[in-house]
Amino acid sequence: MFHKLTKAAAALALTTGLVTPAMAELSGTMRIISDMSNPAPRAIIEGLASDFDAMHPDLTVEVEIVDRDAWKSQIRNALTANAPDVINWYAANRMAPFVGAGLFEDISDMYENGDLPGLDSVKGALTIDGKQWGVPYTYYQWGIYYREDIFKELGLSEPTTFDEEMANCQVIIDSGRKCYSIGSKFLWTAGGWFDYMNMRTNGFDFHMKLATGEASWTSDEVRATFANWRKLIDMGAFIDDHQTYSWQEALPFVVKGEATAYLIGNFAVPHLREAGLTDDQIDFYQFPKIGDHPMGEDAPTDTFHVASGAQNKEAARAFLQYVTSVDVQTAINGPDGLAQLPVNANASVADDEFIAQGFEMLSKNATGGIAQFFDRDFPAEMASVGMEGLQEFMVFPDNLDDILNRLEAARTRIYK
Amino acid sequence: MSAATTQRSWYQRNKMTVTPLLFLLPGVLFFVIYVISPIIQSFNISLYDWDGLGEATYIGLGNYEELLTDRAFEISLWNNVKWLALYLLAVPAGLFIALFLNQTVVGIRLYKSLFFFPFVISQVVVGLVFSWFYLPREGLLNALLTFLGLDTVNILGDPTLATYGIIAAGLWPQTAYCMILYLTGLNAVDPEQIEAGRLDGAKGVRMLWHVILPQLKPATFIAFVVTIIGALRSFDLISIMTNGGPFGSTRVLSFYMFEKALSEYGFRMGYGSAIAVVLFLIMLVFIAYFLWSMYRDEQEARR
Repeated sequence: MFHKLTKAAAALALTTGLVTPAMAELSGTMRIISDMSNPAPRAIIEGLASDFDAMHPDLTVEVEIVDRDAWKSQIRNALTANAPDVINWYAANRMAPFVGAGLFEDISDMYENGDLPGLDSVKGALTIDGKQWGVPYTYYQWGIYYREDIFKELGLSEPTTFDEEMANCQVIIDSGRKCYSIGSKFLWTAGGWFDYMNMRTNGFDFHMKLATGEASWTSDEVRATFANWRKLIDMGAFIDDHQTYSWQEALPFVVKGEATAYLIGNFAVPHLREAGLTDDQIDFYQFPKIGDHPMGEDAPTDTFHVASGAQNKEAARAFLQYVTSVDVQTAINGPDGLAQLPVNANASVADDEFIAQGFEMLSKNATGGIAQFFDRDFPAEMASVGMEGLQEFMVFPDNLDDILNRLEAARTRIYK
Repeated sequence: MSAATTQRSWYQRNKMTVTPLLFLLPGVLFFVIYVISPIIQSFNISLYDWDGLGEATYIGLGNYEELLTDRAFEISLWNNVKWLALYLLAVPAGLFIALFLNQTVVGIRLYKSLFFFPFVISQVVVGLVFSWFYLPREGLLNALLTFLGLDTVNILGDPTLATYGIIAAGLWPQTAYCMILYLTGLNAVDPEQIEAGRLDGAKGVRMLWHVILPQLKPATFIAFVVTIIGALRSFDLISIMTNGGPFGSTRVLSFYMFEKALSEYGFRMGYGSAIAVVLFLIMLVFIAYFLWSMYRDEQEARR
C-alpha cells in the first residue's frame, strides 16, 4: 500500500526518531474519532491513519468518521463513555467545556519539550488556564471574496478603508446589483459580519473583552459597531431575504453576479470554482479598515486532541506530533488536500491565489490578533443568543435597542 | 417441598388475579423503565444547573424562575397555542374530504390514495417541499402571486408569518390522516338510520349533524387525539423549514427544549428539562381528559 504521504511519513520517522526514540515501539490499538466527513478531509484523515499505521508495525490504527455537524453534539458521549485516543475539535473557547470537565489531556509538556516545533504562533489558540490541550492541524482565513470581473467592469478597485468600501458599494448598487451576498438562516454568517465590524470599529482587544464578558453589549463601543454596520444595511448593500438561505444557498447570487461579494471563509472557494467561476473572476481582499486599530482577523482553527480517558496515550501523542510535522502539514494542506493554511511555520503554503493571499494577510497584516470566530470565541450560550440578535438586527435594524438589552441581560447571566 | 405445594395451591386459588398480572408485567416493566422513570428524572434534573458533563448544582426552582422572564420561552409557548388551535382545522377539513370521497365513482380508490399520499411521505419531505413552495424568489407561491399582480411575500423569513406557514405545511399530511379516519368511520355508518332520517325529511347539513356525526363520534375522538398530540409534538417541520428562525420566532416548546439541552450551542440540561416539564404538564391536561373520557365510555358500554 503506497499512499501519497508515505514518503513524508518516512522522512518524519527519521527526524522525529531522534527526538522521541520511544515512538518506534508504539504498540496496541489507537482509536481516532474524526469529524473530517466531507470528501476531501475524509481522504486526508484516512490517509493519515493508514500511513501512521504503516509507520508502526505493532500499532493498529482505527478511524471512525462522524458527520461534522453531528459530531458537535456527539463528542460529549464519545468522550465520556469508552473514550477514543484521538479526536477532532475546535480551538479556543469551544474547548472550554471539555477542558473544564477534565476530558481533554493536558499536553503542555509536549510544547515545552520541543516535541512540537513550529507551532509557537498558533499555540495561543490551544491555551486555556496557561496550559495547552491539543494541536491544530489546519486553519483558514476569512475575508471578502468578490467578483473581480464585475469590479473591473465598474472600474472599482479593492478598498482599504470603510469609506472606499461604501463608495464602491454605492456604485455596485447603482449598477442594479447588491454588494454582499449572505445566507443567515443558520445564523453564524451574521457572526462573521459582527466580528469584522466590531474588530475594525473598536479593535481586536475590545472584541476579545466582549467575548470574555468584560465589556458590555450596551456600551458606546458596541453601539458604534452597529451604527457602522447599519450604514451598509440602510444602503441596501445586503441581498434581500437572506434569513431564508443557508450560506450555500446564498452562493448563486455571487455566481450569477447579482451580488458582487461575500464575507466568508476560504472554504467557499471550491464551491465558487465548481459553480464555474474561474480565478480571473473571483478574488479576495482583507476587510477594510474602519477605526485606527491594528487589524484583527478571523482564522478558525481545527484541532486534534488526546482524550484524558484514552487507552493508548503514548500513540495518541505521537500521532499529534506526526500530524503537525512540517512535511505532513505541507501535504495535507496542499491543493490536493484541504487547500487551507498549514499550522506549522516551516511548512510550505500551497501555490494557490487564495491560500497565498490569506497567508500573506495573516502573517503580515493581522497585527491586531487572530480571532477564532464568533461562535468559537464567545461561550456557546452567548454565541447562540448573540447570533440570533445579529440576524434580527440585519433584518430589522430598528430593533437594535431591544436586541442589545437582551444580549446584555444574557451576558450578566452567562458570565458568572 | 411443603412450601412448593402451598405455593401451587396459592397460585391455583388466585389464578384469576395472578395470570393477568403476569401477562401485564413485561409491559408495565418497560413502561416504568422507559416512560415513568425518565419523567421523574426530568423533574429531578430540572432542579439543577448541569451541562451534562461536570458537577450538577442544585438550584431549586431557579430554572423555572428564569423561564418566567425568558422571552424565547414565551414565544415558544404562544406558538404551541397557535399550533394547537390551527392544527385542529385538520379535523373538519379531513371530515369534509372524507364525505366528498365517500362515493362510488370510477377510480375512487385512486383519488383516495392520492389524498392520503401526503400522510405516507415523511414529514421531512413535506417540510422541504413546502419550503421550496415558499421560496422568496423562485417559489411557486410567489410565482402565483406575481401572476395575479400581487406583492411577493417571504413567508418563512417573516417572523409574523413563518409559524403560520409551517402550520399550513403540517395541515397537509394531518388532514389526510383525519380523512382516512373518517373514511373508515363512514364505512361503519348504519344505512338504516340514514334511511330513517331521510323518511323524516332530514337532508344536507341537518342529516350530517344529527345522523352522521353522532355515529362518527369514535372517529372524531381519535382524530382529535392524534391531531392534538401531533400539534404538541411538532418538531421536524420546524427543524427543516426554519430551524426555529427567523430569530427564534417559530420555535415551539419541544424545539426550544432540544436547542437548550441537546443542540450545538445548548447543553443546559436543567433548563431543557424544565421546558420539558412544562410541555409535559400541558400534555398531561389533554392526556388526562382523553383517559377520563375513554374510561367514561367504557363504563357506559358496560352498563
